[in-house]
Amino acid sequence: MGVLSFFASMLARDVLLAWRQRGDVLLGLMFFMLVATLFPLAVGPEPNGLLRIGPGVLWVAALLANLLALPRLFHGDWIDGSLEQLLLAPYPPSMMVAAKFAAHWLVTSLPLALAAPLLAIQYGLPPEQCLMLVASLLLGTPIITALGGIGAALTLGLRQGEVLLALLVLPLLAPVLIFGSGAVSAVAAGQSGMAELSLLAAMACASVFFAPWLAAKALRLAIE
Amino acid sequence: MDTPKNKSGWHLFHYAAPSTFYPLAGKAIPWLMALALALAVIGLWIGMGVAPTDAQQGDGYRIIYLHVPTSWMAMFIYIVMAFWSVIHLVWKTRLSALMAQALAPTGAWMALMSLITGALWGKPMWGTWWVWDARLTSMLLLFFLYLGFIALTRSIDDPDRADQAGSLLAIVGVFNVPVIYFSVYWWNTLHQGASVSSRGSSMASIMLLAMLLMSLAAWMYSIAMTLKRVRVLILQREAGTRWVQELMR
Repeated sequence: MGVLSFFASMLARDVLLAWRQRGDVLLGLMFFMLVATLFPLAVGPEPNGLLRIGPGVLWVAALLANLLALPRLFHGDWIDGSLEQLLLAPYPPSMMVAAKFAAHWLVTSLPLALAAPLLAIQYGLPPEQCLMLVASLLLGTPIITALGGIGAALTLGLRQGEVLLALLVLPLLAPVLIFGSGAVSAVAAGQSGMAELSLLAAMACASVFFAPWLAAKALRLAIE
Repeated sequence: MDTPKNKSGWHLFHYAAPSTFYPLAGKAIPWLMALALALAVIGLWIGMGVAPTDAQQGDGYRIIYLHVPTSWMAMFIYIVMAFWSVIHLVWKTRLSALMAQALAPTGAWMALMSLITGALWGKPMWGTWWVWDARLTSMLLLFFLYLGFIALTRSIDDPDRADQAGSLLAIVGVFNVPVIYFSVYWWNTLHQGASVSSRGSSMASIMLLAMLLMSLAAWMYSIAMTLKRVRVLILQREAGTRWVQELMR
């Protein structure tokens, strides 16, 4: 089996595993919607205010929902011992990790990005901002998966691992949040928002390239 | 060919062994502390007594003598931490990971001091303790990065894993710090421009002198504190070895 077909079969395996537990995916979506629902309750339902805070609130909610799903990335495979077997497999561990990242992104982040316009409409965002929200989420969430994946590998099996993961990863993800919500706000201000999208794309390329390798190194430590 | 360094038995990695580094660090600490104290006394004397009152900011600007050195150290220590982490990952030297872990609390302390002195300065100058300005926000995030590093290394029980996980995190962080800095800078900025740059300084030279003395003092203090902490870490790690048990007897 070549490296590429190994990647494909790993991806298919993880997506299938997630499909068998569809409820977990729905929980992330529900969390996303709940956080977004809390803001109008807290700051008031005045349409102009919601329109102004909408891009930021939706991006923070998406970030938190993604963060919530991250501990799941390696945990199941680690518990039943298959992670150890996968690391011993005669394929580059970074390729295995990259496949897991891709599957995680497909299962967790893609549904969030696709559900986001629904909430954006509830916040009164016009169509072009909704579109930009989806675009920025599609480009930004791979970075969350990649950097968060390193954090998930570093905290695998630790006490308070989930809280620690948030502390490690959230400061690193500040740029993603800034450029992601910035892209939507730029559209609201009548600009194209392409500068922010380009920066997100550049960060996505860099993190997707380096993160699987670093996460694989961290995973080796966790199973030793 | 005669190689003098081999004759004397000295080579670069000699002090990479904790047992030889421990007494060396112990000898250096009192000197470093004395140096830090002397530099701080002279720096504060020039800064508080000799340097003139600022034309725009009155005497309030004098907190700069704490604020700027701690801000510099907070940023610099992270880079040093990452440097030791790279050394650890490449050469697997135990001491370098311990150095990174010993540096982190001082780095966090410097970041916190920078934030606090900044707030004390901001209140009279801008009329507010805190603004969501680029430099303030990125320093706050740097503070959290230090806390994350400390929390990660403290919560892993296996020393080898703690060392390597910490090293990995410090390296990921050092690539992200500039990204964070520029993203936040681009997002919002109000802070005054840098007073000292490669093109020269916009400050009176006496103020600059005081600030440099204080920075050197902060530098010496940080090195001394790091060495103190690394000695404790060495004792913890090497508690089972003969040289530690003889030392403790």
